[in-house]
Amino acid sequence: MDFELMGQSLPQLLKGTLLTLELVGLALVIGMAVAVPIALLRVSKRRWLMLPAYGYIFFFRGTPLLVQFFLVYYGLSQFTFIRESILWTVLREPYWCSIIALTINTSAYTGEVLRGAIQAVSRGQIEAGLALGMSSWQLLRRIIGPQALRLALPGYSNEVILLVKSSALASTVTLLELTGVTRNIIAVTFKPVELYLLAGGIYLVMTFMATRVFVFVEYRLSAHRRPAVGTV
Amino acid sequence: MINFYGFGGTLAAGTWMTIQVSLLSLAFGLFFGLVGAVAKLSRFMPIRAGAGLVTTVVRGVPELVLVLAVYFGGSVLINNVLSWFGYQGYVEINALGAGVLAIGGTFAAYATEVFRGAILAVPEGQVEAARALGMHRFLIFRRILLPQVWRYALPALGNLFLILQKNTALVSVIGLHELMRRASVAVGYTKKPFTFYMAAALIYLAITTVTSFSLQLMENRAARGVRRA
Amino acid sequence: MRKTTIVLFVCLFLLLGGIGQAADKLVIATEGAYPPFNFIDPQGKLKGFDVDIAEALCQVMGADCKLMVQDWDGMIPGLLAKKFDVIVASMSITEKRKEAVNFTKPYYQAPCRFVTLKGSGLEISAEGLKGKNIGVQRATTYANYLLGKYKDVVNIKYYDTVENHNLDLAAGRLDAVLAQAIFMSEYLKKPEAKNLEFAGPMIWEKEYIGEGAGIAVRKEDTELLKKLDEALAKIIADGTHKKLASKYFSFDIYPY
Repeated sequence: MDFELMGQSLPQLLKGTLLTLELVGLALVIGMAVAVPIALLRVSKRRWLMLPAYGYIFFFRGTPLLVQFFLVYYGLSQFTFIRESILWTVLREPYWCSIIALTINTSAYTGEVLRGAIQAVSRGQIEAGLALGMSSWQLLRRIIGPQALRLALPGYSNEVILLVKSSALASTVTLLELTGVTRNIIAVTFKPVELYLLAGGIYLVMTFMATRVFVFVEYRLSAHRRPAVGTV
Repeated sequence: MINFYGFGGTLAAGTWMTIQVSLLSLAFGLFFGLVGAVAKLSRFMPIRAGAGLVTTVVRGVPELVLVLAVYFGGSVLINNVLSWFGYQGYVEINALGAGVLAIGGTFAAYATEVFRGAILAVPEGQVEAARALGMHRFLIFRRILLPQVWRYALPALGNLFLILQKNTALVSVIGLHELMRRASVAVGYTKKPFTFYMAAALIYLAITTVTSFSLQLMENRAARGVRRA
Repeated sequence: MRKTTIVLFVCLFLLLGGIGQAADKLVIATEGAYPPFNFIDPQGKLKGFDVDIAEALCQVMGADCKLMVQDWDGMIPGLLAKKFDVIVASMSITEKRKEAVNFTKPYYQAPCRFVTLKGSGLEISAEGLKGKNIGVQRATTYANYLLGKYKDVVNIKYYDTVENHNLDLAAGRLDAVLAQAIFMSEYLKKPEAKNLEFAGPMIWEKEYIGEGAGIAVRKEDTELLKKLDEALAKIIADGTHKKLASKYFSFDIYPY
């Protein structure tokens, strides 16, 4: 076991990890921003609103992320009209293509999680709200929203972990995030075991920390479900 | 009509390989998922801890890294270990084997939790009654636990299977000639990435849709006779 | 339920059996993504100069050979892990690689060259290349060349295959690619490469590029190496090598 190599490679791997965190962070934020309207459209009673959202979720959850990456990065570059348009300044860069692919993918999954959460809010509360004369917007803001967000937490925490792992696919479109850097070092040194151990370890640390964050958040948000006094 | 430049046949062959990989991984994953669940419910702390460690590691590492590590690192590791024992030959982990191990292993790591929860969900009274009747442990497992565990676990396992099917695309990275790989070869030849990657996407979509539909039918059948609320 | 369990177990054993097989043929690996040296035709068959040379050598050695495809960056790791026994994939002989494997004498020589978009006026020097995006295939001598000579000057983009970096060059994501000159000159003849051209001279710097393309075997397989070298000398002497080369190249690729 070449520990010296592992020590030498660590700085480069950490640099790659920074890029991984960047990708994940951006995709999470933009992805959530996209997922909320998608989820709301998805639960709409109006077919013309519901169907596009359904189609979006269906396509991006039903196809592998690797294919989505390749479609965005290589696929779009096939079209001359894209290469000659202003979009190209963004689509040229593997960085933005990766963000786009990750964001679209996570927004579809998150949208579905939110949908499940919205529909799980107790019917009785909604009926009570309607009986009190609340508008749709008030219903959403006062009753459905807060509870749906709490109900969505387990599913969402799962999705965040999956996103951290999915970021590894950016290495297939030349980005030098953690997996990309690892593959490069292996290509030069021929020591896969040492390097994949190190990279795997770093991923474990990231997913572990993400899990802890969510455990903490769920703990804080479920105060009303814990026994009142004495036990803790 | 869309021009596939003569690559239609090879895409079909790739699709068949994808289906084979997913079925093999499923078999592997179901088996080890059950093993893992039984291990996690064991009376012995070391076995529980060991299973917990393995599943945490496998669930925390990207599937892509797992596939690459098993393929490149696995053979090196195995051959080094074997040569310590003086074994001079070689064990090869080919792309298919590595893919099934990695993808099936990921499935198994998640399925362990599913099975564990499902086993715990079977009313204890039934197990106690069976024991009182003198059934030995394996018979209890086969007759009482398994059929009901199947019913409880099916929805979650179905989800995991859909994820597994999509993960098979990652095996293209180690050169297995499944759908994604064949699409890439076609792209290299024809320089039409959108055409072929979209075709691949739609084929995957078809596979997952058919699977979802079948799963729904299976869930309905497994839950027949259960009183709905 | 019982039947399903049996089926699952059978599948498992078949699979494990498939994994742990010791092969008794001579397994030769090539990349399959490097026309005209090695590529996969629309029917899925391996073809190309490297493939032809491998088959010719096997015939001369009287060995039972099996060809397989292996991704480029897994070539040497795969050989060391005993997935296959020989690499015939236009792999350049370099000092670094010689630390890990043994090579036969070279079976052809190929320099490399930068390729860029027509009219880009790219100057091949430290100033001309400053800040440019150059595409290379991961784990190649061309990547090493850039890392050695222009390390902090260019942005090196690593790709899995040559085709992918050519796709990106045509799409305008790269300022240039650095690849094998013979391979690229064949590629430049194609219609889709009509707006690409060579930039700068042929690069022969042995310390990065190596002594030519050789056939790689594991260090312990000294017998195999001897047999391959003898067979290679034979096919060069009796004209088979020239015949196979003329199938693909209009110029002499064996300047020894």
